[in-house]
Amino acid sequence: MLGWELPPHNSGGLGVACYYLAKALARQGAEIEFVLPYSAHHPDTEFMNIHSVTDIEPSGRDKSGSFNDIFGAYEASGFAASGSGIFALQQKYSKFAIELVEKSQPSVIHAHDWLTLSAGVAAKEATGVPLVVHVHATEFERAGGGNGNPIVHEIEQEGLMRADRIIAVSNLTRQIIINRYGIPADKVEVSHNGFDLASLGAYTYDNATYTYLEHLKGEGYMVIGTVGRLTLMKGLVQFLHAAKRASEKYDRLAFLVAGDGEQRDQLIELAAELGIADKVFFTGFVRGKQWRDAYSVSDVFVMNSSAEPFGLTALEAAHHDNALIISKQSGVGEVLRSVLRTDYWDTDRLADEIVGLATSKTLLDSLRTDVRNEYARISWDDVAQNCLGIYGSTQQRTAREKVFA
Amino acid sequence: MSRGIVLYLHVHQPWRVKPYTVFNTGNDHEYFNATAGDVDNAFIMRKVAEKSYRPMNALLLEMLQTHPEFKVSLSITGTFIEQARLYTPDVIDSFKALVDTGRVEIVAETYYHSLAFFYSREEFERQVKAHEDLILETFSVKPGVFRNTELSYTNSLAKWAEDAGYKGILCEGWDPILGWRSPNHVYRPAGTKNIGLLMKNYRLSDDLAFRFSNRAWEGWPLNTTTYTDWLNTALDGTEGKIINLFMDYETFGEHQWEDTGIFDFMRALPGEWLKNENNTFYTTSEAIDAHQAADVVDVPGVITWADTERDLTAWLGNAMQQEALKYLYELQDDILRSGDDGLINDWRRLQTSDHVYYMCTKWSKDGDVHAYFSPYDSPYDAFLYFMNALRDVRYRLSAHKQHHFTLENSIV
Repeated sequence: MLGWELPPHNSGGLGVACYYLAKALARQGAEIEFVLPYSAHHPDTEFMNIHSVTDIEPSGRDKSGSFNDIFGAYEASGFAASGSGIFALQQKYSKFAIELVEKSQPSVIHAHDWLTLSAGVAAKEATGVPLVVHVHATEFERAGGGNGNPIVHEIEQEGLMRADRIIAVSNLTRQIIINRYGIPADKVEVSHNGFDLASLGAYTYDNATYTYLEHLKGEGYMVIGTVGRLTLMKGLVQFLHAAKRASEKYDRLAFLVAGDGEQRDQLIELAAELGIADKVFFTGFVRGKQWRDAYSVSDVFVMNSSAEPFGLTALEAAHHDNALIISKQSGVGEVLRSVLRTDYWDTDRLADEIVGLATSKTLLDSLRTDVRNEYARISWDDVAQNCLGIYGSTQQRTAREKVFA
Repeated sequence: MSRGIVLYLHVHQPWRVKPYTVFNTGNDHEYFNATAGDVDNAFIMRKVAEKSYRPMNALLLEMLQTHPEFKVSLSITGTFIEQARLYTPDVIDSFKALVDTGRVEIVAETYYHSLAFFYSREEFERQVKAHEDLILETFSVKPGVFRNTELSYTNSLAKWAEDAGYKGILCEGWDPILGWRSPNHVYRPAGTKNIGLLMKNYRLSDDLAFRFSNRAWEGWPLNTTTYTDWLNTALDGTEGKIINLFMDYETFGEHQWEDTGIFDFMRALPGEWLKNENNTFYTTSEAIDAHQAADVVDVPGVITWADTERDLTAWLGNAMQQEALKYLYELQDDILRSGDDGLINDWRRLQTSDHVYYMCTKWSKDGDVHAYFSPYDSPYDAFLYFMNALRDVRYRLSAHKQHHFTLENSIV
């Protein structure tokens, strides 16, 4: 399995998904050689063998300690990455992957997203082992509706064409792979991400983390939260416009924006320009208790992404007793029914839904309760089973192709 | 009457807000107690005292002792005096020694170096009174000339100052206001009868405050002879009576370091200037007493001594700054009604104009990064810390309201 990051050195959801998928696969008997570009200790990974391409250690510079920081932020919308060390690292990664596949002779190569795609293709070409590509997000989605980085596109195009099978994390992503990359539909399967309740661990809410928000709730405020990177695809500009519209209709609303990202300054300024700066709370990057308490202090969780391949944070929010509003452009909405849906650009509708929840305790409570019954059924074991099925049919298909070749 | 230099220096330190996050709000009611980094108020006070206040006060005293004609005017903010008392009490003593010579005038202003005049006339007057009391208590003098924060000025401020009994007021000698006139005279503000207006000669002031150490400047290195020549020429050419050299006190030693030669330059300046027997020094009051108003100056809008625009946009130019002060001043009545001195004091410390100055984003447009020094990573951080502190003020305030509510109920 070719990965780019694992918790706790992850910068986003990719590392989390890889970790729980690998763990569930191992539970079902798979033997996994997991490749990472950096060297670090990862707790609770004894179910697989981790291989490090380089001696580079994750950055301790920011609180995340995530590996990607070493190379500076990869800019989805520009060419910034082209001059940085990230492409050189990908070449090293490819060489390493080829050697590892030759040595360990796996039955399938499972590569995650564009960062490991070149390595997956190279290893497949060199060894003939079939390649399954798992798409957690395409460059179109990372660019939030824009075109993104053309070099990344090229890597994706090449990788998706050469892959034997493709797993997309949602129908939204599958459609993009088919329509925008021209990949034959029968090569692309959907496997929605899972959710491991145990992954969240034991936890008691600490109402002193967000004392002021708790105080506002005591005065009748409803807290609307959003957690994630402050980046274009998250639809946060529209979220703030909706916050403004909703605040005009109902004055006891507080908006908690948890996370950090390149849009931070713009969003802070926008909240001021909209005249709602005192209602919007920016936490900065949150981890651990502050991160989980951000869900707990919220009554409603909004995922307003313009392009969200899946959206694990919505499930985390559901687990912390939030009512959910999820944009129609977010994949996680495909597996949940008891949520409010809206187009990410429809700020009036989002505002209306927020006010609706603030003014109807019945609606708020029934959404909270009902969604709990849904997310609890979503399991990584199901995803692993899907993958094993896909591995099996891929091997058969490639074997058949070899016979006919 | 003699021609005179009016040297006026502004002494100020704000209570900088520490990195105060969402997680502090409601839990930690201390906003100004950073013990590390660029917002450690005690550290900054001690540092600037070492570099500027101690050596400059020693130099000023020496100049006063050497030259009987030498005079200087100072405005010293309440937030400065509070911090000096706490962290560098000897600096207060050295200012007292200056004032005790009888040739150092203290100029009036708001205690908190605030923009209250533009938000709440009542609060503004309370802060001016608080400053007057503090000056009287500290230096045993009562100021007779007024300056508003950042030399912000408009006709209605002059009218207010006259009604409040001041004999003079200070402002920027900005060309669009002066037109063909020179700043080297006393003027009368439009709509007033008696008060005198002193307008900063920004060219000759900025030669010291901004350009003195600039090696790319054609005047570098500036010596006292050349500079005195410029001063004399400026007065000769305009039949002027006064040269208003207004600047931050921290110019000496902090903005212009000792190694630029600024202290030696100042030490030599009075001797050079006084070589011309028509020349002398004035305090701000003396300049107004000594000279008739040459003309009426009309300033219907607001001018300040900042930036090429000379307006308030460095403090109120963007939405963050406007929001911050709007929310802050909205609390006024509730805050004062609380009767909680600590809360009222913190609310006033947050009014210091430096807080919104740190939120200025003008640099990102004109690229002049250095013009807007800030102890924070960005204007956005400054804004968030301020807003979180402001929310905590609200939090404390609501505790009072609940308390009062309970009291009222129990009485019923």
